[in-house]
Amino acid sequence: MPFLDIDNVTKSYGNVEVLHRVDIGVEEGEFLVLVGPSGCGKSTLLNMIAGLENITGGTISIKDRVVNDVHPSKRNIAMVFQSYALYPNMTVGQNITFGMEMHGIPKPEREQKLAEVAKLLQIEQLLARKPGQLSGGQRQRVAMGRALVRDPDVFLFDEPLSNLDAKLRVDMRTEIKKLHQRLKSTIVYVTHDQIEALTLSTRIAVMNKGYVQQLGTPKEVYDTPANMFVASFMGSPSMNLLPATLREANGGLAAELTGAEGQQIMLNLSQNGPNLRSYLGKPVILGIRPEAITDADGVDRNAKNTQALRNMVHVTEPAGSDTFVETSLSGKACIARMRADVDVHAGQPFDFVVNMDKAVVFDPETEDRIVD
Amino acid sequence: MSGGAQDQAIRTGRVTRTFIYVVLIFFALFYLLPFFIMLINSIKPLPEITGGNMMALPTDPTIEPWKSAWSTAQIGVEATGLKPYFMNSILMVVPAVAISTILGALNGYILTKWRFRGDNLIFGLLLFSCFIPFQIVLIPMAMVLGKIGLAGSLTGLILVHVVYGIGFGTLYFRNYYAAFPTELVRAAMMDGAGFFRIFWRIMLPVSGPIAVVCIIWQFTNIWNDFLFGVSFGGLDAQPVTVALNNLVQSSTGVREYNVHFAAAILAALPTLLVYIVAGRYFVRGLMAGSVKG
Repeated sequence: MPFLDIDNVTKSYGNVEVLHRVDIGVEEGEFLVLVGPSGCGKSTLLNMIAGLENITGGTISIKDRVVNDVHPSKRNIAMVFQSYALYPNMTVGQNITFGMEMHGIPKPEREQKLAEVAKLLQIEQLLARKPGQLSGGQRQRVAMGRALVRDPDVFLFDEPLSNLDAKLRVDMRTEIKKLHQRLKSTIVYVTHDQIEALTLSTRIAVMNKGYVQQLGTPKEVYDTPANMFVASFMGSPSMNLLPATLREANGGLAAELTGAEGQQIMLNLSQNGPNLRSYLGKPVILGIRPEAITDADGVDRNAKNTQALRNMVHVTEPAGSDTFVETSLSGKACIARMRADVDVHAGQPFDFVVNMDKAVVFDPETEDRIVD
Repeated sequence: MSGGAQDQAIRTGRVTRTFIYVVLIFFALFYLLPFFIMLINSIKPLPEITGGNMMALPTDPTIEPWKSAWSTAQIGVEATGLKPYFMNSILMVVPAVAISTILGALNGYILTKWRFRGDNLIFGLLLFSCFIPFQIVLIPMAMVLGKIGLAGSLTGLILVHVVYGIGFGTLYFRNYYAAFPTELVRAAMMDGAGFFRIFWRIMLPVSGPIAVVCIIWQFTNIWNDFLFGVSFGGLDAQPVTVALNNLVQSSTGVREYNVHFAAAILAALPTLLVYIVAGRYFVRGLMAGSVKG
């Protein structure tokens, strides 16, 4: 049985089911990120693990103990809230030790643990201050300190970085990751930011409309998205999803697309399984990540199946480290991510190279990825 | 919270500003005039009032009327002055304010942080008590007090005022706590604090401004109340407002206007004091939560 077991869990408000049979097992030391657009049920699920919301169906167990009816304070969990939720009338030190005080831990022990945590988070000089006197990043640290000091079985993070400015967010992200690598703690982390999800997690659960769309490692989720929702939600800019027709070509399968000027384009697919074969002659959706479309010099050296493609450039967007190039395929805008100093001009044709190893194919009806 | 208010005030021209101040000062004087007359007449000997101009300043100031009002004036049948009734009022107002404020805070806490089915309905019903005129409840209240054996006692008066005060107390605290982040309560819950500990350690320490508003409001209302005092106070538990009335209305002997004025000021003094001491929190508390940030 997994360390934290979310078994067939549902949540309803009256007749409205907002979470549908969620099944996730989290092993000890794992960093699970729940990611999805707002209203997908990720925070509800987190609150159910925390015990702040009732569980309508199914069970949640921590360390083989079903906690459905266990009070939040008795689940041995700690939570970092989006707003940090620091007690405004207490000093930083009192904030951190409040939980231990409530659990009747004697003062010397509290002081000792406070010192440890303060050292770990480098907030020793802030202990006598009130939360109102702290900056956003410092409050964030204190909120984490309050969770750390409890030494819980599971840490819960509810969008902890969304109130910070962009630069601080990146710094704190790295810090959370370091902390996890060091403490090997079990973490469930909610965010709507797919980059946070990819960088932090050991596993990701992508959620939408109360369903877990895909559960897997960041690489699995990024490279082989289960469906078109996951493909477009994860990654920025998101995956190009291009309508195509499946054809037989050169003994394998190829996707037929239309170029910007109506020219026919054939892209040979690496995939040649029986499942995909059954779509021969039918429309499919071809999914290609922007970084898989480059110029000849920018091609991944290990790529086995690369193909040239001449097409009109509509817009170029230099973004410092990369240049984003927009063209169109099958009537859809298609973004390519290139080197910063690539010689490409809007309004002129350009020789793109597509790394077809990274291409995936979706069924346009079900929107699921076609496996094999 | 109130820092930005002055910066945002609309800039006006010099003429407009002068006009505004003239009007404001005029009304301030107009409003203070009765108090001024009370004050100067309370330190005049009686002949100076009866034989002269009410507006004139005292030629021979004396504090005798104040002494008389406090300890020797004839009230009803006894010459006790206001002193015992003043004590009655304090013994009534302190517990009544304390209890109704604490209950109001608890109600506000429950209605915002421990929501339950029908909580808004209950809040609405509680609000009714803010708007029901006193006269309507006189007879039912008298019956209830009689049944539970509290008629004509201070305890009975305290009970009446607490019951009446809960509505406003709840209104104040509920609206204040509605702006209080629920995540804090949840965090405390996960930290292992129970219902009363969260109230005591997390909510109450930040309730200063609204508590001051509630206390000033309740204190002023309960201290100044006459109707409940005269109806339920009996003979032993009459508050100072009733005594003041009895003093002024007593028909025997000469009407000592100077004593009446002194007594009236004495009776009004505590509410004035409370407002002076805590008044600056009053406006701050009333505004709290109305503006985000």
